[in-house]
Amino acid sequence: MAEYKNVGVFCETNGGKLAPISTESLGIGRKLADDLGQSLVALLIGDQVGDAAKDAIRYGADKVYVVDNPMFKDYLSDSYVEVAQKLVDQASAQIVIMGQTDMGRDLAPRLAFRLGTVSTSDCLELAIDGASKRLLQTKPVYGGNAKEVFIIDTDPQIVTIRSKAMTALAPEDARQGEVVAFDAAIDVATLKMKLLEKVVEEVTGVKLEEATIVVSGGRGIGSPEGFSQLEELAALFKGAVGASRPAVDQGWLPPNRLVGITGKIIGPDLYIAVAISGSTQHMTGCGGSKTIVGINLDPEAGIFKRAHFGVIGDWKAVVPALTEKIKTMIG
Amino acid sequence: MNIVVCVKQVIDPEAPSSVFRIDEATQKGKNIDDSPPVLDPYGEYALEGALRLKADKGGKVTVISIGNDFDQNAMKKSLAIGADELILVEDDSLKDLDAYGTVCGLVQAIKKVGDYDLILTGREASDTNAGQTGSGIAEAMGLPLVTLVQQIDIDGSQAKIQRVITDGYESVTIPLPAVLTISNEIGEVRFPNMKGIMAAKKMKPTVYGPGDIGMDTVPKKSKMVRLYQEVSEAHCEFIKGESPEEMAVNLAEKLREAKLF
Repeated sequence: MAEYKNVGVFCETNGGKLAPISTESLGIGRKLADDLGQSLVALLIGDQVGDAAKDAIRYGADKVYVVDNPMFKDYLSDSYVEVAQKLVDQASAQIVIMGQTDMGRDLAPRLAFRLGTVSTSDCLELAIDGASKRLLQTKPVYGGNAKEVFIIDTDPQIVTIRSKAMTALAPEDARQGEVVAFDAAIDVATLKMKLLEKVVEEVTGVKLEEATIVVSGGRGIGSPEGFSQLEELAALFKGAVGASRPAVDQGWLPPNRLVGITGKIIGPDLYIAVAISGSTQHMTGCGGSKTIVGINLDPEAGIFKRAHFGVIGDWKAVVPALTEKIKTMIG
Repeated sequence: MNIVVCVKQVIDPEAPSSVFRIDEATQKGKNIDDSPPVLDPYGEYALEGALRLKADKGGKVTVISIGNDFDQNAMKKSLAIGADELILVEDDSLKDLDAYGTVCGLVQAIKKVGDYDLILTGREASDTNAGQTGSGIAEAMGLPLVTLVQQIDIDGSQAKIQRVITDGYESVTIPLPAVLTISNEIGEVRFPNMKGIMAAKKMKPTVYGPGDIGMDTVPKKSKMVRLYQEVSEAHCEFIKGESPEEMAVNLAEKLREAKLF
């Protein structure tokens, strides 16, 4: 049984750089480590991730364990869980933080059960309980209708955090830390899962999760042609277009444009919901937006309970006029 | 092929959020419109995946649920749409299971069933939104695991699986027996027909207590500190105007004022 005494953060990279979710994880990890008087240890598995390891120090880590090997270029559940187990032991991590990403969603519960503990997914807040020194984990439940605060009684306490729920520290070049190469080669012959192919559906334009302004449409848009009007508005802001589940189910937009509990969970500066009723499932996907605008014919639509600005009107008249006005303003 | 599907009874997630409340007595969510409990939608997708495989390969689909206070109509829907057997592990001591207790109980019940090629669960339950059960079962039983599955092709003792990722999908192969957690991309869930409903009426679920499956204690690794509903802080400012076009212009000005673009 390892002695658990540090905070560990599993980092992910994007194009060789630390992914934003990982700088956010390091930000909250640093705070928790300071509150507990522990070290913050970044854990990095991948291929050609040396630069990201140095970045992890700049963003708050005291130490980084790096498993840098071509066999870990792509996330594969079977191989990553083996290595993750070794890394958690090596880091003596009492708390383990990951992003609620493709990797975290798959790895966290599996790693937890392998280590004889449980995990909490999609946390919006993390804090140390003053009395017990355990990790208070706040997450949405009932599709976002409520929030629940959990404590895990066994170590390590494993959590995933929602994108944009936590804040990254400003990177400091002067921050000192240690990068340690960790040899965790595994025998691929023992792996039960084999990856055949990874098919990435090309996204034209700005990615939903990276856009600062998102225009989304719902059932009321009525057709793929309707969405082209939303595209025009979004393009003015260099934003992205999203959709609610009914619109995706109708095939008006591909599944990678779905905003909601089973799609993308985003937190842009501005979210314009057009002809979207505002179901809880959908609001879970966009509730983290700084400003929400609802455009809907129905004054009783749920979206107005969560929106900061509302227009009660037919989107077919509102959206073109809004587009024209913004064109003149942007010049 | 023999498939076990683990499902859960939940409050209806399709009920409007305006009727959702927290039951102070049980510290659980409830709907105040008296909508009856339902099979968890993600569990239904898992069941749909199992029924398609059964149609293609033959075999048996066994549905298992663990908890207390089961609603027979909700649970029997699994039989009405084509499951062959329903096993309910039911006891008052199981009313506040955490993920660990759920997994322990389901594993014991699956071992009692004994004969399985695949174990399917939903990707997450609509009440806890946790997504741990399938992964936990796989780890506890030492079985291969694929999460967020959208397509299953069986080829002898191997399965070729497509799993959902953020911007597409991955294809992987795994040996059977295995555990899969099923995502909604697997396709639409069938409705029960009259023949199925009548047949389900005559079928009795197999009911076990914890002792019957060798679950002497109910283990727990996590506890709830607090469950609460946030008061929505957004106060919606409705944009005024004589026409939709005028409202649109006023909205653009508001957004500019707020420095949003």
